[in-house]
This record gives sequence, structure tokens and C-alpha cells, in this order.
Amino acid sequence: MTSLRETERPVTHANLAAPELAAVDVGGMTRGAFILRGALAAGAVAGVGAVTPFVDRALAQTGGSDAEIVSFALTLEQLEAEFYRRAARLPLSAEAKELARSFGRHEQDHAETLTATLSKLGTKARDKPRFSFPGRSETQVLRLAQTLEDTGVAAYNGAAPRIKSRDILATAGQIVQVEGRHAAAIRLLRDQRPAPRAFERPLQAPEVTAAISRFIKG
Amino acid sequence: MQTSINVPATRHEGGALEELAHDHTSRKRFVRMVGGGGGGGGAAALSLLLAACGGGGDEPEPQQGADGSKITESEGTAPGGPGQAQESSTDAEIVAYALALEQLETDFYRKVIDSDLFRGRELDMLKRFGEHEAEHVQALTSTLRKLGRQPPPEPRTKFPLDSPDSVLRLAARVENIGAAAYLGQAANIKSREILAAALSIHAVEARHAAALNALTGKSATPDGSFALPMTMNEVLAQVQPFIVT
Repeated sequence: MTSLRETERPVTHANLAAPELAAVDVGGMTRGAFILRGALAAGAVAGVGAVTPFVDRALAQTGGSDAEIVSFALTLEQLEAEFYRRAARLPLSAEAKELARSFGRHEQDHAETLTATLSKLGTKARDKPRFSFPGRSETQVLRLAQTLEDTGVAAYNGAAPRIKSRDILATAGQIVQVEGRHAAAIRLLRDQRPAPRAFERPLQAPEVTAAISRFIKG
Repeated sequence: MQTSINVPATRHEGGALEELAHDHTSRKRFVRMVGGGGGGGGAAALSLLLAACGGGGDEPEPQQGADGSKITESEGTAPGGPGQAQESSTDAEIVAYALALEQLETDFYRKVIDSDLFRGRELDMLKRFGEHEAEHVQALTSTLRKLGRQPPPEPRTKFPLDSPDSVLRLAARVENIGAAAYLGQAANIKSREILAAALSIHAVEARHAAALNALTGKSATPDGSFALPMTMNEVLAQVQPFIVT
């Protein structure tokens, strides 16, 4: 196995993410997963098993150009923005209404930024899907808000390690932090633990799709 | 709306370590922060820093993984001859930096819980947050060892723990700094494995920060739609009051 240091060279946006390394197959596993496996086996002894399944899951996702990742994130943001837009029109408490307005504005900003990013990547954003959300009561709305935000955090964390552009990665980081903050605020409002675990669990794209597809009506 | 290239100007002008290399005050602060500045305690931190700045220190021996594979940093920074510009911080330096912050946070929560200022649900929450930070310390310590580095000694800390209200506000401040610190380094991390781990910690720091902000009457999202990162220097300036020198 060649040393990873063979990739030593000036650090540029083009090579920093080193996607080619991860693509190298080592006995059925990607090289990234293979190296990680060794690190984790050693780590388990040291009692740091907690982080490992999550890292493993994040890296289990293969493929996906930056444009595909951004496009996927855009769909999520459009879904969240639309959800809050509708929630803000429901007869909710003042607190929940303000939250829906404020968080909805954030999601809209994210969607606009990601649309602009896509266009810079030479990809036209797909038409916004039509969405449908169940429930009109405050309890239902907040519960769904929590699910959407938790899913959003997991989706970004699952995809971000595969982003090749450092600039897009930095923007994704700025967004995912806000999603995490939303999730915590909503959880607090619902009397749930704002941070249910020490390490955020990433989701793979198919898992995210499975979680949100029921809200997409084509 | 903001543009997609939503990155502060400092982000790509060399790494955090380059920043330190060119800023004597910050360098001293960094060394002090990770426990140096006197005695032998800071030796590890100092050698780490020197190695990073291309000015000495031995290249660490890569450790063997359990399966015998070599664990090295992907795209580790070139050793760099004299005068050679440093491209950016190595992953080990970023992990050491994150570790120091997590140790500071863990110490903070330990002292808060010992202070006996809290009861009931607030105490439960603070305990849980402290446990999270302790788990982060464990994970980062292990990661640093995998990268062939000895973890630097823990910083000694001091925090003003006067009243429950002021302590919650301080906790919010510490967590907001933590979240901004991770965000400031995410795009500098070369290894995808370490990036994935850092992101999984970053979101938890964000959750802590948001909850504490909300509990102290502040916005859960003080930066608005896009969270703002902090450079290593900015973070060091913010946490310096909490480090015993």
C-alpha cells in the first residue's frame, strides 16, 4: 500500500479533498474505509468506539460530484423553507410562529445560496418539487420541524466529507451549524434533549431520501 | 442574500499555523494555552509547533494500525526547508488545537458541576454537555495518537463561577467559541476521516451553543442564516482569560 504522502504537493482546491484516494479499492473497501478500519480497531481498545460508527457511515457514501451534493442539499433546504412558510401561516403560539418565520428565512437563504453555487458549477437547479406536510397542530408542526432539522444536520454531515471544493465545504459547514442550532432550539421548545448524543450521526443520501420522500409530491 | 463563496478572507490565506508562525504573540499564547511557557510541560506543544513551522522537531513515526497498515495523515504538510512557506496546518495540529479546546470545555463543566450552583434539570443538562465534551477529548486524544503525536498536557483553567445566570452565559460563550472554532478549521482538514469526525463534533457544539443561548435569552442563531467561523487567533484571544499561565 503506497503511503498517502505520495500526494504531497501544493495544496490547492483541486487536490485538497483527495477524492482519488478514497476511490482506490482495497479488498472491497475504499481506501479511506480501509485505513479507518485499522484506526478504529486500535481506537476501540482505547475506548473511543463511540465516534467510529458515525465516521464509518459518513464515509460509506461513495461517488457524488459537488454539483450532485449541492443539488441534494438544495432540495432539503427547499423542503425546509416551504415547511416553515406554511407553518408560519398556521394558528401557532407566538413563540412557535416567530421560530417558523426566523428559521424559514434561514432556510430560504440557504436555498438561494445553494442555487447560486449550482449555477457557478454550471448546473441549473432543478425545478422545485411540490411538497406536502401532514399535521396542523403546534405539537405536530414542532415534531416534524425537529425531524426535518435533525435529518438536515445528518444529511450535511454525511455528505460534507465528500465535497471536493473547499469553498463549498466551508459554506456547507456554515449551513450545517445553523441546522444544528435550529434542531437544538426546537428540541428545547419540545422539552427534548437539545443534544441527544456526543457525536452527530450522519445519514447517507438514500437514508435521507427515505426520510423525506413522503413529503415530496413530485 | 449571501454568495456561495461565503468564506472570510482569512480562511485561505495560509493555515492557522502560518498565522501563528508569523505572529509572535499568538505563538506564545498558543504554547501557553496548551500548557507550555514554563517547565517541561510545554515541550510537546512546543515541538509540535516547531515541527509545524518547519523549524525543527522530529517527524513523528507513523503508528501501525491494528491491521498493520500505516496510519499517516493524508497530504501531510511537506517537511519544508528553511524559508519554505507553510501551506496550512497539518491535521495533527488542528486535532491538537481542537483537543485543547475540548479539554478546556470539559474542565469548565467539571468546575461548574462541582460549584454546586445548579440543581435539577439545569444540572442534568450541564452534566450531559460535560460528558459530551469528555467523549470528544477521548476521541481526539486517540486520533492524535494515531497521527503519531503525543497529546500535549491539559491546559490549566480558571473560570469566574459567580451565579447560575452568569455561569450559563459563560457556558453559552464557551460553546459558541467552540462551534466557531470547528467551523474555522473544517475546510483546512485534509483527511476525510478526521473531517467526518470533526463535523460530527461541530454539530454537537452547535447544539450546545444554541440551547445555552436560548436558555440565557439570546438568539439560538446569533449569526443568522450562516454561522461565522473563527480563526485560531480569534479563538485563542477569546479563551486566553480562561487559561492559567
